[in-house]
Amino acid sequence: MRQRLGRLGLNLVAALIALIVAGAITSIVLSITHHSPWSTYKDMWTFGTSGDNIAVAINAATTYYLSAIAVAIGFRMNLFNIGVDGQYQLAALLAAAVGGAVSLPTGIHQILIIVVAMLVGSLWAGLVGVLKVTRGVSEVISSIMLNFVATAIIAFLLQPGKLAHLYGQNLTTRPIGSSGQVGGLSLIHNSQTKVYGLVFLAIAVGIGFQFLISRTRFGFDLRATGRSATAAQASGVNVKRMVVVAMLLSGAIAGLVNMPVLLGEAHNYSLNTPSGIGFTGIAIALLGRNNPVGIAFAALLWGFLDTSSNILQFSNVPTSVVAITEGVILFSAVIAYELVRRYALKRQMRTVGRDLGTATAPTTMEVTA
Amino acid sequence: MSTTLMRDLPPSSAPEEPSGLAVLRNNMLTRIVFVTLFGLAIMSLTRIVSGKEDLTSAGALGGMMNAAVPILLAGLGGLWSERAGVVNIGLEGQMILGTWFAADFAWKTGNPWMILVGGIVGGLLGGLLHAIATVGFGVDHIVSGVALNILAPGIAKYLAGIYFNSDAGVAAGGGPTQSPKVSTLSTLQWNSFGDWLGKVNGHHWFLISDIAGLLQGLVTSLNWFTIIAILLVPLTWFVLWRTAFGLRLRSVGENPTSAETLGVKVHTMKVCAVLVSGALAGLGGAFLVEYTGIYRENQTAGRGYIGLAAMIFGNWRPGGLLAGSGLFGYTDALQQQTDAPTVHALLLIVAIILVLAGLYAAWRGRRLQAVIAIVAGVLVGVWYATTDSIPAQFATYSPQILTLLVLAVASQRLRMPAADGLPWRRAQ
Repeated sequence: MRQRLGRLGLNLVAALIALIVAGAITSIVLSITHHSPWSTYKDMWTFGTSGDNIAVAINAATTYYLSAIAVAIGFRMNLFNIGVDGQYQLAALLAAAVGGAVSLPTGIHQILIIVVAMLVGSLWAGLVGVLKVTRGVSEVISSIMLNFVATAIIAFLLQPGKLAHLYGQNLTTRPIGSSGQVGGLSLIHNSQTKVYGLVFLAIAVGIGFQFLISRTRFGFDLRATGRSATAAQASGVNVKRMVVVAMLLSGAIAGLVNMPVLLGEAHNYSLNTPSGIGFTGIAIALLGRNNPVGIAFAALLWGFLDTSSNILQFSNVPTSVVAITEGVILFSAVIAYELVRRYALKRQMRTVGRDLGTATAPTTMEVTA
Repeated sequence: MSTTLMRDLPPSSAPEEPSGLAVLRNNMLTRIVFVTLFGLAIMSLTRIVSGKEDLTSAGALGGMMNAAVPILLAGLGGLWSERAGVVNIGLEGQMILGTWFAADFAWKTGNPWMILVGGIVGGLLGGLLHAIATVGFGVDHIVSGVALNILAPGIAKYLAGIYFNSDAGVAAGGGPTQSPKVSTLSTLQWNSFGDWLGKVNGHHWFLISDIAGLLQGLVTSLNWFTIIAILLVPLTWFVLWRTAFGLRLRSVGENPTSAETLGVKVHTMKVCAVLVSGALAGLGGAFLVEYTGIYRENQTAGRGYIGLAAMIFGNWRPGGLLAGSGLFGYTDALQQQTDAPTVHALLLIVAIILVLAGLYAAWRGRRLQAVIAIVAGVLVGVWYATTDSIPAQFATYSPQILTLLVLAVASQRLRMPAADGLPWRRAQ
């Protein structure tokens, strides 16, 4: 227990270092390009902490969180699901189309939409798993390519006469009726903007993820496979099956990514539906150490940065400065975590060595580790 | 995440014994000529059956070269890095940095050659970041590459917002998402020869016209950048396979610990390889700027990943990479330059190749594979026969779809460097 706390502390320190490095580098970038870092940060803070923008940031964080959990399921077993982006968009389109086409009692309607989204995301991700275990295609490449294919399918289906109709300049699916919507909550004081009702779905997914990973046999097998596929296979885990199941699960969660927006605000899939959240999810999962609580903090941080950067257009600073900040946070975080991991390993070896009275053992162990 | 990656999960089949085509396998040049001729023959047949003369016109084949070069350069980047055991999924990010710096350098100096310099500088920057994270700190290669691919567009976007969107930039036609027009290298002019080839191509003879079209496409759209890019393939082969430096670099990718005991500086080799890799990817980005005369946001459109796929398709060898990038480049050119109906004719090519692959599998005694391939081939053939065009949305992404298909068919026969993707730390 003490060791686990120690490791948590180390990871927090690492995350803090990453934030400081990112702040420093962003300041340098701003200074070089003749903008004052201090007033930029001050503007962002004042804007970002107003009631409405906190609600907007929480809403953004909700979708980021779901995306990051989807990525984290794969990461926990060393499986890189880069394809969350395509999975969630395809799922959102088809779920929106189904939801708009039917009229059902409240409750069943929402569940139907969510189930369709999970199924579509799951199948699209499952394709990656099947290609990997039957044809040996690296999941990294195939999931990236499937992102492009998903874009093609969406562009094909989102046309008048297929799943969409023209609404002004925009192509949208038929709106989901009020029986299939999820109302917002006034959680934030002083805010006109409501928080998505499905924020609770995201929280439930986080709890479910933690339970699955740390309290079930499946989760144990999953982590074992991630540590060493060969060792897992030798001890009776069907690794190929695990790969497919993990991808199906990851895709099912990916299917949820757009649900808070779809059911809580947009009520349709259109050209305005945000893209790229799958990649944000990768960054957040890495920053949050694939841990549901860590991911929650990372998602909120991302939501805050994205929302508060909107003020910058009034001071002529390109809002994309936040993209640099986020990129540097991510880059320095993965380096800092690696250093911390190595340090913790060394310390653990030393403790074990001392306990066993073989002080020289750790160094030889570490070489092979 | 630093434990063994699982991408080598399915048992890789043992390298197969050379068959009746053994002679062809031994000489790279013969093999390239053979593959090119074979490909052209299939395309020629398709052209005659489908009546889509554009399939082997100089326009399509010249376009193929221009579309293939960025993929080729990215793939060469991947080859250098992975031969030294570092997976470089950050090629896409390095390409993006290459495009921005290429446009910036060329715009500020007015010299088209600065496109190359800018591309190399931008790519090196990305390569350096990847090298620091993976080699210096032992971060998982894919994690670092993905981080780079998230960071690089941010950098390019911000810099474009500052410099191309400045007063001078806007006056010259720039903006937050694109650069001002930059001057480009002129194509080499060999008019009379090109015209003569065009005449031969116009006769639509089997194979001969297609070869003429290929040559015409080559000679009429060549510039020095293209020539440099193509020469980088034999150069890479020579350096990596025929010099002591190359042997050391590849040994680091196969077995770093053994290499170290023999006195090879593993970290130095890896850093060198990743830097060269970044520079090549950056050049690939620069070529996009050179070809279009402008930097645009999202200009690379995943070509870094396709380059990586082309390298995997080419079995981590320069010759194979050349074939792979030609294939993806051709599809890309067809969807860019011509209309969707021509891409439709690709279905026929796919059908023919699938049936041929099925027959080959049957000849080698692999019945299940043969049946699957032939049935799939016939289905694609039926699809071709019963439709007139592929929806434009799918035609746009035909290189990506083709990448998936090719990897699904071919990837079990491939062998990557033994220590590829494994973080390595010096013994202390």
